[in-house]
Amino acid sequence: MKLPQVLTDRKPEIIARWFHLVVSTYPPDTAKFLLQEKDPFANPVGQALREGLEGIYEGWLKGVSEKELYPYMDRIVRIRAVQDFSPSKAVGFVLLLKEALRQELEPEIKKGHVSWEDLEYAYSLVDRVQLLAFDVYAKCREELYEIRVKEIKNRVQKLWERVNKEITGEVRPEDTQ
Amino acid sequence: MSRISKPEELMKINYRPPKTGWMDTPVEFRRGTWLYAAKPKSLEVLELPNPREWSPEEEDWKLPENWKEILLQGLKERLERFRSLKLFLDICVRCGACADKCHFFLGSGDPKNMPVLRAELLRSIYRRDFTTTGKILGKLVGARDLTVEVVKEWYYYFYQCTECRRCSLYCPFGIDTAEITMLGRELLGLLGCYPDWTVASAANCYRVGNHVGIEPHAFRDMVEFCVDEIENITGIRVEPTFNRKGAEILFIAPSGDVFADPGIYTFMGYLMLFHEIGLDYTLSTYASEGGNFGLFTSHEVMKRLNAKMYAEAKRLGVKWILGGECGHMWRVIHQYMDTMNGPADFLEEPVSPITGTKFENAKSTKMVHICEFTADLIRHGKLNLDPSRNDHLIVTFHDSCNPSRAMGFFEEPRYILKNVCRNFYEMPENTIKENTFCCGSGAGLNADENFEMRMRGGFPRANAVRYVHQKYGVNLLACICAIDRAALPALMDYWVPGVAVAGVHELLGNALVMKGEKERTTTLRGEPLEGKGKREGEMEPGKDDA
Ligand code: SF4
Ligand code: SF4
Repeated sequence: MKLPQVLTDRKPEIIARWFHLVVSTYPPDTAKFLLQEKDPFANPVGQALREGLEGIYEGWLKGVSEKELYPYMDRIVRIRAVQDFSPSKAVGFVLLLKEALRQELEPEIKKGHVSWEDLEYAYSLVDRVQLLAFDVYAKCREELYEIRVKEIKNRVQKLWERVNKEITGEVRPEDTQ
Repeated sequence: MSRISKPEELMKINYRPPKTGWMDTPVEFRRGTWLYAAKPKSLEVLELPNPREWSPEEEDWKLPENWKEILLQGLKERLERFRSLKLFLDICVRCGACADKCHFFLGSGDPKNMPVLRAELLRSIYRRDFTTTGKILGKLVGARDLTVEVVKEWYYYFYQCTECRRCSLYCPFGIDTAEITMLGRELLGLLGCYPDWTVASAANCYRVGNHVGIEPHAFRDMVEFCVDEIENITGIRVEPTFNRKGAEILFIAPSGDVFADPGIYTFMGYLMLFHEIGLDYTLSTYASEGGNFGLFTSHEVMKRLNAKMYAEAKRLGVKWILGGECGHMWRVIHQYMDTMNGPADFLEEPVSPITGTKFENAKSTKMVHICEFTADLIRHGKLNLDPSRNDHLIVTFHDSCNPSRAMGFFEEPRYILKNVCRNFYEMPENTIKENTFCCGSGAGLNADENFEMRMRGGFPRANAVRYVHQKYGVNLLACICAIDRAALPALMDYWVPGVAVAGVHELLGNALVMKGEKERTTTLRGEPLEGKGKREGEMEPGKDDA
């Protein structure tokens, strides 16, 4: 059996392992909840992780473009970018896919179905996905700052418009943006 | 040994968080997740204790020397004063039913945001110092000593609770963690540990009349600005009055509606409505704030700020008070006003001058919610509405925590919405009405420095909006709370871009056909009103899909 076939056949198991590993980056009580609660609205983070990991894995397997992978990556990184994680931990969840692959494929390697070289090749493909996670993280943080500034402006927005109207006699377009 | 090292070893980082018990996990004040300390001058205005310069980030919080004594004495007094507190501290069986119901737990993943653990922060001290088993068995029964670390933890976590009461809905004993948070905050207040955002707003309101601290002439000026805008859009000049004695009704809105975007459009909606029905009302530059940040400060401050509205109603000799779209203002009116400052015997039982409807629910407080008032007008056919003017909007409704869980107020705003717009979709059942998810910024948390925490807390709400945005193309989140109108736009920008936020009366203002108006070419926001009428694939007027 060739590696791509194994990765396709074992998709549910690999994703489940990955999910488990990612969820374990949260405190134990939280991890338990993220794993168990299945209602997407009662467990929004768990749901986003499921959707995101599945999408990333499938895209990774098919070798789709970064653009196609982006929404799935965004689904997860957007959350971790505001949670109590350092930047490296926020994006490091991607590397846990290597761990999931190793755990799942070790028996296959022992049986000689898959070679270590194959696995190393798969690892290098994970690294590419990892780089995308950095981009998404940086974008999310950038957005946070932009939105903060916009919010502060909105708070007294109308006062400014009024003041400027009095001075210049008109509302300037830049005041209303 | 395998040839390839395990990735976890390669990275030499520990992905798994430490498995310490909650009592042994100290708080880390990471920027973006906590509120700045109150400035001494705000505390002085409100005569609150221990005014000083300090910061939660610093080691020394400059607590009074006998801080421990103050706290324990404060707790003792409150246990005697509030039977509910003692009950809540005693009867929790740690069943965990509330644990996963808090939006801060769901969004942050921090177990100390489970309501049961939030309460435990205070309960552990109560056990240690006020119960016999706790005194003897200590940690074995969940008791612990009161230390400076505990005070810091309280500050961190009692200001990560929006007092939304969602958790209490699921507790078999009705334990209300919001009340525990309120009293926890009061205790912190005895040491002068208040956040700037709440206390500065409360001080402004006490001194000037509103949270923003805008002086009467500027307040008036802003209302005039709205009047000009309305004239531009409709050709009609509405004429609100200020501090007019003998008016029938005093109208009080949250100040955010007068100064902030997008609240101001809701305010324009109010003014247009009042003009159209010929309401005999006045605004007050003294009671220019419906909100009450005292609720987030202490019972005493809440009482003082609330009293101001009634004092003004008395001074002006109005019959009753009409209140705008606000959240916590209604919690204060509905749950506290009557025993705190009421009953307001000097006012009359509210009756709609247009329909004759008696608002019996407001018999004692004499204060009517504008959505009840407007829904009643619509029901009696008193308004000429053209919902097609809102056809560019696909609307959903966010139930604000306070009107929904503190008042049971679900149908009136929906009734108005379904009459003023034609595309309305509900979010999933377990995220609306009494199950609603908080915006994540209530109870004094909507400060800028707390931005990341607010994004975490608001995620469950945003996640449900995302669902209707994707499924039905929802592009407008309607709400009836000024804090929502301030906080939700940022929440949407981050989690669900493409969804705007508006008050219900903004949409009413769009749809309201006023006598003698010119043909409208824009919405209240100045957006062009393009081709009215039904678009392909849209639902029938007034039909609700959910
Ligand atoms: S009141 Fe709301 S914010 Fe506070 S613990 Fe309960 S669910 Fe969480
Ligand atoms: S649901 Fe009530 S009894 Fe159960 S843990 Fe929560 S507060 Fe305690």
